[in-house]
Amino acid sequence: MKTGKKKIDEGKAGTGSNIAACPVSLKAAENHYCAGCGHGIVHRLVCEAIDEFGIREKTIAVAPVGCAVIAYDYWDFDVTEAPHGRTPAVATGIKRVRPNNIVFTYQGDGDLAAIGTAEIIHAANRGENITVIFVNNGVYGMTGGQMAPTTLAGQKTSTSIYGRSLRNHGYPLRMLEMLAVLPGAKYLERVAVNSSHEVLRARRAIKKAFKMQIDGKGFSMVEVLSMCPTYWGMTPIQAADRIKNEVATFYPLGVLKSC
Amino acid sequence: MSGKKILICGNEACGEGAVMAGCAFYAGYPITPQNELTSYMAKRMGETGGVFIQAETELAAINMVLGASAAGVRAMTSSSSPGVSLKQEGISYLAGCELPCVIVNMQRGGPGLGNIGPAQGDYFQSVKGGGHGDYKLIVLAPASAQELMDYTALAFDLADKYRNPVLILGDGLIGQMMEPVTLRTGEYKPQRVEKPWALTGCAGRKQNIIRSLLLGDGALEEHNKKLQEKFARMKEAEVRAESFNAKDSDIVLVAYGSVARTAKAAMQAARDSGLKVGLIRPITLWPFPEKMIQEAAGTCNKFLVVEMSAGQMVEDVRLAVNGKREVHFYGRMGGGIPTEAEIVRQIEALA
Repeated sequence: MKTGKKKIDEGKAGTGSNIAACPVSLKAAENHYCAGCGHGIVHRLVCEAIDEFGIREKTIAVAPVGCAVIAYDYWDFDVTEAPHGRTPAVATGIKRVRPNNIVFTYQGDGDLAAIGTAEIIHAANRGENITVIFVNNGVYGMTGGQMAPTTLAGQKTSTSIYGRSLRNHGYPLRMLEMLAVLPGAKYLERVAVNSSHEVLRARRAIKKAFKMQIDGKGFSMVEVLSMCPTYWGMTPIQAADRIKNEVATFYPLGVLKSC
Repeated sequence: MSGKKILICGNEACGEGAVMAGCAFYAGYPITPQNELTSYMAKRMGETGGVFIQAETELAAINMVLGASAAGVRAMTSSSSPGVSLKQEGISYLAGCELPCVIVNMQRGGPGLGNIGPAQGDYFQSVKGGGHGDYKLIVLAPASAQELMDYTALAFDLADKYRNPVLILGDGLIGQMMEPVTLRTGEYKPQRVEKPWALTGCAGRKQNIIRSLLLGDGALEEHNKKLQEKFARMKEAEVRAESFNAKDSDIVLVAYGSVARTAKAAMQAARDSGLKVGLIRPITLWPFPEKMIQEAAGTCNKFLVVEMSAGQMVEDVRLAVNGKREVHFYGRMGGGIPTEAEIVRQIEALA
């Protein structure tokens, strides 16, 4: 994330010739994420989309409680924090009184799929015209690698030390599939950031999700399968491979819904 | 319209006060005995171009208010005791983020699900914190439908003035009782302030960040000191109370909200029978009218605090009196309402 690279023109970002430049919406900041973490990539993809649509000056983000809690240190647009999981409720309040602004939430799996389950379901069901970026790495990173609702069966975490037992802990939650049955949810896609190929697909999906909001089409959400090498006990390369070989077999990539 | 008198219930008067103050966002969740307020806001927000949302939970409602407030508009939520307990997380964040809003609690009997009768068992929760961390809310305790309208409007002005949540603490009695209310059309003007901190999109300025998370070395302590200085300013400037015969009494009653009205009748009845009784009625429960209590302690012999609780405000009276005088208590709980006759009997026993 730390960069001294030149900034590209707002509104013209993301064009092929400027691919290596830093998005205007992304600040030069000291990186606090671990080696091999996916958050940095997703932060950048969000900023590229915002630059590309020229909406930085009307964007209001709602940051989660989780590893991305200080996302405002990286993003150069208006940001508020939200209590853990209440992120979509806060975004609802903002968007309803400022319908001409672009409002998005950025949430992890603890924030969105555990403590904030009610908020995300009802925001989607109301068809709030907001964009949700859901970063799913299957663990609570900020608090030390505890089991998340999205932790895979058998996966070892600090609170499932013998591996997640379906009998004791229940099944991993597929949030997108749950939301897909709601008429209010208009665009749902699952992507990953474990390879350059997948990053490009993630980039397209995130752009689409913002475009949906710009066009007033309603609730859109992109689930991003992301790596947590630190709490998966893996090297960054192994973690990237695990997305392909394990995680994406339970959480299939692709568009679930597009209206 | 100015001066027009209408007959409405306290909950509706509270809603009208919010509309009068320019409330542009309301989120709520059904709970008795405040449902008339939510219904009234559903109707009035529709008429005034504001936003009404029936939230999925009390948690969502207070956080929608947090979002609307962060975006710079006047926002309100309301509930009753169990629901207000659920809102405490959000209230702590609002206070920590210095976001203005108005929260209404039409108290009911507790603890737990309790019942839907009027009560004042949420005094501690309201004035001593409620949520986590060191923070204070201005707590206004109206005693009539008229005051519910007037103080709700005032609450919005105070919230904006201090960038702090303000709580209206009523109960099921004044919330549901119908009374004549004089509209303030043309008389009251909202005290608007600039909100350069609001999230509006960063066009022409640097990004705005709303946060209560401060991880830097010493940063949170500094933030807390700043908050405490603000609370000290509120304490200095915003105490509201009224007193009746407090300087010419042997016994001074202390009561707030709906109970203060019964206490006033009891005071009059006692005076009619020759007993020198006065009444202090705190209108702000925080900041608490300590000085008025202290002054009364200089001239009276005893205090009698009357509440619809097991004795909560009585602790603040004792702190203010600081051992100078006897402080007695009479309370009813769980929807029980102290009657005039009961209070008079308590006065007679102390006289």
